[in-house]
Amino acid sequence: MMKTRATAIPYLLWMVIFILVPLLLVAYYAVTTPDGAFTIDYISQVGEYTPVLVRSVWLAFIATVLCLLIAYPLAFIISRKSGSGQRTMVMLVMLPMWMNFLLRTYAWMTILEKNGLINRFLAQFGIGPLEMINTQGAVVLGMVYNYLPFMILPLYSVMTKIPNALIEAAQDLGCNGVQVLIRVLLPLTLPGISTGIIQVFVPSVSTFIISRMLGGGGNLLIGDLIDLQFLGNAYNPNLGAAISLVLMVMILLCMSITNQFGDEEKGEMLK
Amino acid sequence: MKESNIVSLRDISVDFDGEPILVGLDLDIRDKEFVTLLGPSGCGKTTTLRTIGGFVHPKSGDVFFDGLRINDLPPHKRNVNTVFQRYALFPHLNVFENVEFGLKLRKVPENERKARVQEMLELVNLAGYDRRNIHQLSGGQQQRIAIARALVNHPRVLLLDEPLGALDLKLRKEMQIELKRIQQTLEITFIYVTHDQEEALTMSDTVVVMNDGDIQQVGSPQDIYNEPKNAFVADFIGESNILDGVMFEDCLVEFAGRKFDCVDKGFGKLERVDVVIRPEDIKVIDPENAPLSGMVESVIFKGVHYEMIVDAHGYKWMIHSTRSEQPGAFIGMEVAPFDIHIMRKMEVE
Repeated sequence: MMKTRATAIPYLLWMVIFILVPLLLVAYYAVTTPDGAFTIDYISQVGEYTPVLVRSVWLAFIATVLCLLIAYPLAFIISRKSGSGQRTMVMLVMLPMWMNFLLRTYAWMTILEKNGLINRFLAQFGIGPLEMINTQGAVVLGMVYNYLPFMILPLYSVMTKIPNALIEAAQDLGCNGVQVLIRVLLPLTLPGISTGIIQVFVPSVSTFIISRMLGGGGNLLIGDLIDLQFLGNAYNPNLGAAISLVLMVMILLCMSITNQFGDEEKGEMLK
Repeated sequence: MKESNIVSLRDISVDFDGEPILVGLDLDIRDKEFVTLLGPSGCGKTTTLRTIGGFVHPKSGDVFFDGLRINDLPPHKRNVNTVFQRYALFPHLNVFENVEFGLKLRKVPENERKARVQEMLELVNLAGYDRRNIHQLSGGQQQRIAIARALVNHPRVLLLDEPLGALDLKLRKEMQIELKRIQQTLEITFIYVTHDQEEALTMSDTVVVMNDGDIQQVGSPQDIYNEPKNAFVADFIGESNILDGVMFEDCLVEFAGRKFDCVDKGFGKLERVDVVIRPEDIKVIDPENAPLSGMVESVIFKGVHYEMIVDAHGYKWMIHSTRSEQPGAFIGMEVAPFDIHIMRKMEVE
């Protein structure tokens, strides 16, 4: 007993120094003026940015739904492949992640630009140029493209644990394709779905690179807002901390909702 | 009397990745019978079952159910239900919900659902287990739930794919009797797949012995055991001594360097045959004047009898005898004419 405690100390220290202390600092900055006096002015100021908050949540929500719709069938197909087929396809899913995040997003800029790949191609047929870059659509595309693997992997890992016989049993008892999905697959993959949603939604809602590069100036997200307060010309760390705090509370709320139907010892069920 | 066939397979061929699994298989299954598909692993018995269930689509041939061709009918529309090898119970549902699953899909009203599930749980001796979780049940209990889940839908045919394979010996024996009882109570057709010959003989009305994707013999357990059609069946069902022999004339066969009287007829003159003798049909006698004699190599006590391996005339004979001999002893052996089974050599492909 003592031994396990002793070995836990480095991790505990790590967590205190790099997680707990920064969190407390954020909370501290959020409720104090630069002189150190207590205030809730900054917190209430966050309300002025409601449109930005709403836009962030809305775009992240769309991106998460799209990721789920794309990843679910794909993960299922991968999980039904043979061992080597599965490894190859999982590799392909992970492959883009080996490239730098910024580079990948830059690549999309050159594809979507006014003189980018798509518009030049369309120009051959006299179409366009289309407004693609600097739109909300481009931001969602960037989110889906960058975070899709984080949806596929948890889904794939719960799906590989579902034996084919379970699907056949459902068919045998009278399920058509849709009923197999609703009555067997969805309930059994809920833990993967909730993990995937968190892993896509959380980085999407707080991203600032994607919106800045693909969304132009008109599609400011919370992430950009926070970035402006710390590193931009708006320099106001206290307001930045307040926005961060609000964002954190929002994310925690979202996570607790998805966790509601994620847990329930479902991990054990498929053993 | 015209017997009605509930399931008929006509000239069924199935390939997996170009590998032939079933080759031109014909099979008729009579209504309300307990039929066992018996064979070594890889013989195509499970594939046959899955063809009837609708999970395997034959490359050629037809599947008939109650006289209707059902080749293109998907599994959920077939009036058969399956008990899967590893039970395949739904882990997210409790016992009651598992059994209820098929009835709910058929939109059976709730009252009737409850009554039918209870009836089934009683049938498999698990009344009162409704609210249990699946992973709280033992292997044997899960097996019973799988059977109840299939039977509650009142299928005309129940398919069972080695359902007792994962149970220990004692439980397996109990479940064999249980299954037979259920089949007789409900009067429906059971098609049962196993590689365990004892299981097949215990439960079945009809045994279908399979090997290499084709049927070797169809018959009652007694027929299969007493009158195996070829050396494969003889070897697979129970234990056998199989020797090369030559048929001299009707009722006279030569093997182990000597001519023996037998009761089989209708072979060609000097036709090469397989001679099959069951280990329990060999009598140990005094070596003097014995038709066969040899040296005992090993003796194993098997409970009811001793199993001896005897080296005689260039063949290792297996003998089951209640009398024990010392290894190294020289003994004589005798076989009655009606215990010598003559079989045509299997064609070598």
